[in-house]
Amino acid sequence: MAYPVEKLREEKVFKDPVHRYIHVRDRIIWDLIGTKEFQRLRRIKQLGTTYLTFHGAEHSRFNHSLGVYEITRRIADDVFHERPEWNEDDRLLSLCAALLHDLGHGPFSHSFEKVFDLDHEYFTRAIILGETEVNKVLLTVSNDFPIKVAEVIAKTSKNKLVVSLISSQIDADRMDYLQRDAYFTGVSYGHFDMERILRVMQPGEDQVVFRKSGMHAVEDYIMSRYQMYWQVYFHPVTRSAEVILTKILHRAKDLHKQDYCFKSDPHHFHSMFNGAITLEDYIKLDEAIVLYYFQMWQEEEDLILRDLCRRFMNRNLFKYAEFDPAKEYKKLAQLSILFQKAGIDPEYYLVVDSSSDLPYDFYRPGEEEERLPIHLLMKNGEIRELSRESEIVDAISGKRRTDHKLYYPADVLKDNSTAKEIKEEIRKLLEIDESRY
Amino acid sequence: MLKDHAKIIHAIAASEEIIGRKKLQKMVYIAKKLEFPFQERFQFHFYGPYSEELTLRVEELCNMGFLNEVKEKKGGYYQYRYTLTESGKEFLSLNEQVSMPKLQDCMSDMNSQNARFLELVSTILYFDNLPKEDVQEKVFTLKSKQRYTEEEVGTAYQYIKSLKGKAGH
Repeated sequence: MAYPVEKLREEKVFKDPVHRYIHVRDRIIWDLIGTKEFQRLRRIKQLGTTYLTFHGAEHSRFNHSLGVYEITRRIADDVFHERPEWNEDDRLLSLCAALLHDLGHGPFSHSFEKVFDLDHEYFTRAIILGETEVNKVLLTVSNDFPIKVAEVIAKTSKNKLVVSLISSQIDADRMDYLQRDAYFTGVSYGHFDMERILRVMQPGEDQVVFRKSGMHAVEDYIMSRYQMYWQVYFHPVTRSAEVILTKILHRAKDLHKQDYCFKSDPHHFHSMFNGAITLEDYIKLDEAIVLYYFQMWQEEEDLILRDLCRRFMNRNLFKYAEFDPAKEYKKLAQLSILFQKAGIDPEYYLVVDSSSDLPYDFYRPGEEEERLPIHLLMKNGEIRELSRESEIVDAISGKRRTDHKLYYPADVLKDNSTAKEIKEEIRKLLEIDESRY
Repeated sequence: MLKDHAKIIHAIAASEEIIGRKKLQKMVYIAKKLEFPFQERFQFHFYGPYSEELTLRVEELCNMGFLNEVKEKKGGYYQYRYTLTESGKEFLSLNEQVSMPKLQDCMSDMNSQNARFLELVSTILYFDNLPKEDVQEKVFTLKSKQRYTEEEVGTAYQYIKSLKGKAGH
């Protein structure tokens, strides 16, 4: 039997808390899961620093990738199978792209990408096309199969239907992460009737469409997304941890630039510090390595690096205040000067974090063709954009979705052993409620 | 602080007025490809390079009162116009460290082009690691509905060259 269609002698199943079982029958999927690049995803948490807010959120990108694969498999094998619009030849391409879509994510990738100007999409492509075990497995299908998979993930494939299965405003990726993140964080939002959504979806010319009869299930999914963004993904405590993590990386990078002599030399980070990271170095990075350095840097001579690492490792995070940049940017400049006077470096200890700094997106109805909207298939065959039919979706599509917070180390500001008067002034400006601490 | 917001304000100030969200997205993407230090990350979407971060940042700037957004009905869809408000100008004057002297020329030039052409330019730049023939094939397959011609692709390449000159490359 040719490799692309070779089935395992016996179906393999993974127990999964979200989908109950993940079924693997294709030899290629089994082989891809076994590669070292895919196994690396076990050591990268799906939600980065969220575990510091929701202690259950320890699930990995490995779990999520299998989940996205399973949803895509169900769509291909149960929902689209034998439909005239669906090309069975696209099945394997869809399954591989679903399984590998997050392959290039690094540890705490949001912060790393910001500080070191990296792009996980670039590394996903590099792993799929480079000299890797994943590439070897994909090449057994055909010489151009790796590039086809990479193009689907990068959304540059001409096969738009397959792209929309993996990445659109309602896709296997989001359907898995919403449910999985809700399960592991323990929140009650994030649940929606995926079974119903799968039953009403069908392949369209260029994208998946949903029969109007299933609109309420789609509305429920959009509401879940909305709730999860505010309640989990934009959680201010998680953002505090993210701010500290980003500042640790900035500090380490700056110290390296100044030829600072680290007690624990971060040799795993050297190529990143120098802006010339190789694929080999990148694949070696995982959260265990990063946390090892944070653990060791708690003993560094540099007071800022030491303090930030202690804060991160021991969850002594920054406090926050609501911040309105329009009205308070002058106050921010004033605070920055006072921080300097008090001997607290504002570059590391006074941080504005905006919702646009976060990687999660809201549903957009595709104004001016910015993003492909969710399309409903009406009884008369007409295609209508979701928010034009659904009052609920229309209501939340136009709502204010921005938010800014100002982060600061409340414990340092409360310590009156140094710069007492200045700190008092800062506390007053920040309206810190003394009785809360 | 808020440097990334200030850079977007700077870009819109340099253009005086930008009509259309799609145009704004493409202009910032092209400027970023010209090595102006915009931090927003772009991914390829159905209509070319697009940044959700940029969309949110512009929304924030409107909510802050630094940008003025006017929504107009245009055929079957809405179009948006962006200009700087007085508070936006004041905010920008306080962020003088966000200086991009050559940006003005590039943004004004791009602003005089239409969104369809900028979509082509940004798509070419997105695939700038590929040889010209492959880029052309990408444009014709991914942008088939726009019906770009070989001549237009050639003009876009010329345009990129002239923009790079203005940006000082």
